Amino acid sequence: MTDNDAPPVIVRDLVKRFGDFVAVDRINLEARRGEIVGFLGPNGAGKSTTIRMLCGLLRPTAGQALVAGYDVAREPERVRQRIGYMSQKFSLYNDLRVIENIRFFASLYEVPDSVLKERVSWILDMAGLSGRKSTLTGTLPSGWKQRLALGCAVLHRPPILFLDEPTSGVDPISRRQFWELIHTMAAEGVTVLVTTHYMDEAEYCNRLVLIFQGRIVASGSPTELKQRAMTGELVLVECAPLGLALDLLRQTPDVADAAVFGNALHVVVPEARTMIPRLRTHLSQHGVIVARMEPIRPSLEDVFVSLTAAQGAGGKA
Amino acid sequence: MLGRLRGMLIKEFIQVFRDKRSRFLLFGPPVIQMLVFGYAATLEIRHIPTAVLDFDNSQVSRDLLSRFTASPYFDVRARLNDRRQIGELIDRGDVTVALQIHAGFAQDLRKGRTARLQVIVDSSVSNTALIAVGYVNQIAGRFSQDYQRERLFSTSPLVQSQLPSIVLDRRPWFNTDFDSQWFFVPGVIGNLILVMVVSLTAFAVVREREIGTLEQIMVTPIGRLEFILGKTVPFFLIGLLDTTLISLVGTLWFGVPLRGSIGVLAIGAILFILCMLGIGLFISTISMTQQQAMVSGFFFNMPAITFSGFATPISSMPEFMQWLTYLNPLRYFLDVLRGVYLKGVGLDVLWPQMTAMGVLGLVMLTISVARFHKSLD
Ligand SMILES: Nc1ncnc2c1ncn2[C@@H]1O[C@H](COP(=O)(O)OP(=O)(O)OP(=O)(O)O)[C@@H](O)[C@H]1O
Ligand SMILES: [Mg+2]
Repeated sequence: MTDNDAPPVIVRDLVKRFGDFVAVDRINLEARRGEIVGFLGPNGAGKSTTIRMLCGLLRPTAGQALVAGYDVAREPERVRQRIGYMSQKFSLYNDLRVIENIRFFASLYEVPDSVLKERVSWILDMAGLSGRKSTLTGTLPSGWKQRLALGCAVLHRPPILFLDEPTSGVDPISRRQFWELIHTMAAEGVTVLVTTHYMDEAEYCNRLVLIFQGRIVASGSPTELKQRAMTGELVLVECAPLGLALDLLRQTPDVADAAVFGNALHVVVPEARTMIPRLRTHLSQHGVIVARMEPIRPSLEDVFVSLTAAQGAGGKA
Repeated sequence: MLGRLRGMLIKEFIQVFRDKRSRFLLFGPPVIQMLVFGYAATLEIRHIPTAVLDFDNSQVSRDLLSRFTASPYFDVRARLNDRRQIGELIDRGDVTVALQIHAGFAQDLRKGRTARLQVIVDSSVSNTALIAVGYVNQIAGRFSQDYQRERLFSTSPLVQSQLPSIVLDRRPWFNTDFDSQWFFVPGVIGNLILVMVVSLTAFAVVREREIGTLEQIMVTPIGRLEFILGKTVPFFLIGLLDTTLISLVGTLWFGVPLRGSIGVLAIGAILFILCMLGIGLFISTISMTQQQAMVSGFFFNMPAITFSGFATPISSMPEFMQWLTYLNPLRYFLDVLRGVYLKGVGLDVLWPQMTAMGVLGLVMLTISVARFHKSLD
């Protein structure tokens, strides 16, 4: 914290190997004060491993990470004073009461008695647990649990927050509430690094980092990414049978990409206006019943699929 | 520093004492096991299941068999009249010993010929078999001696009164009744404390690793000494309480006298528990899951108990094993327990054992603390 203008998180060529397996491969990253950076990537991409290195839980194999101005490999204890962390697993004590969990983590962070009372009521309030402080934590619904965990992670008012899939298994309404809390904190200057599987959540981030097989394949704001990644236009196709349609579309010369999204297909074409009638006739000729076919705006998921597909193809070559 | 340790301790005690079940598990099983083992763990072999076949069926043969019936060592379960039944009974484990008296037994004796008593033993239980044969020998020997005396008496009373005989004059020290419970109960105390403290400590840490709370704790500024103290102090106290409880069972229920000083016993228990905390922590540093901890615990507990002199005297082990026992804290604690309980000796005698436990405890705790890192790899 010697330099107030230096980014709170600076990552340079960070590598983590487990034996021969490279889980994180030369990642570079900077996060500014008050910025919400989202880590996006499929299972096993290396998101948790990266976050754990930034928290000083795993030693980087190579490269450097500066958090709050301190090298995580050399001064992990100084880093720990200044960060909050929510691990991917729920990690409060289920067999302790709400208030006992709060008091426990407050004692580990040496929160002074003078502010403890105010922080406790802040957490209870923010987690919607006022009047339930004697409830056993294990019996709370998951949305409440996650907010309580967030509260416990920021008891010491850290300037940097690492959240590893904080909303997995939480209902949509609770997820919204959770993200509102994150936004409030970011507005107060807290730098947030968050991983998620939910594409809709990615839209809440200021900046996204797409990770695939340990490498950053793209980064930028959600809008930037969408513009940059999609060379062409996106067409939604609702039809049956889906599998046959997918095969047919993939064999069509002008179709750049086709993928299943829920119970429909997303097809990337150079120009939607001219392609839609062609595709329609092509599909019906082969016995596919087309219910709907129209141009749509790409979602982050589309971006992600197209980027990782490109990466996968590039990787093989 | 103190604030964090206090927080750890409060949390640990809440978790340990929160529900009735876990409270019971800390103190119930040791006491129950003390009762069970106190009865089961004994060197004496009594009530050996026995079958008899009396083909002679004479006054004399019945007299001989009645001596077996009356003996506390044999339990005559079956009176057979067919030899083939013996095999069946032994195979099923219903009897360990079968005694067979053939026809003409009484006649042989009367005529001064050697009369045979056939003993069939199930030597798959070799220890019991050996002891059983010993007892048979003893009873049969007494019987023939008595028979000879009676014969002599009826023919020449004078000679009989001059027959010499040797009587063993036993002067046992410390355990005057040769009560093997006295010998075993202190040992059982040691074993129970070992199992309790090692597994409680190992599981307490590994459980947190498994459910993920350890990861959360490791990103806080807590020092590793604070964490380890927070984890071990509660089990240290519980270990002491368990020692007190099962020692009380030993004295009040089994009547094992506490001849020495409680203070010396307490010092021994404290040092021994420190060693076990070290082992428990060590196991927790090499185990990722509770299952692994259980297996590791087993691999420590079994040899530690076997090579402690609890059941087999150390002097009868192979020399190499004897050397290994010097690394076994239980060996020293058993010396302390038996010394204090049965011999009433004090620190002037037991200081080498105390020192050994102190050194072992220090080494084990140091290794475990050094191995415990605030990181995941
Ligand atoms: N301690 C470890 N030892 C060996 N391999 C590991 C270890 N931790 C993680 N890995 C491997 O590293 C890769 C990246 O794991 P990581 O947990 O960082 O992925 P992730 O992006 O967080 O995935 P998820 O979305 O499933 O949480 C995975 O293939 C995983 O199996
Ligand atoms: Mg993960």
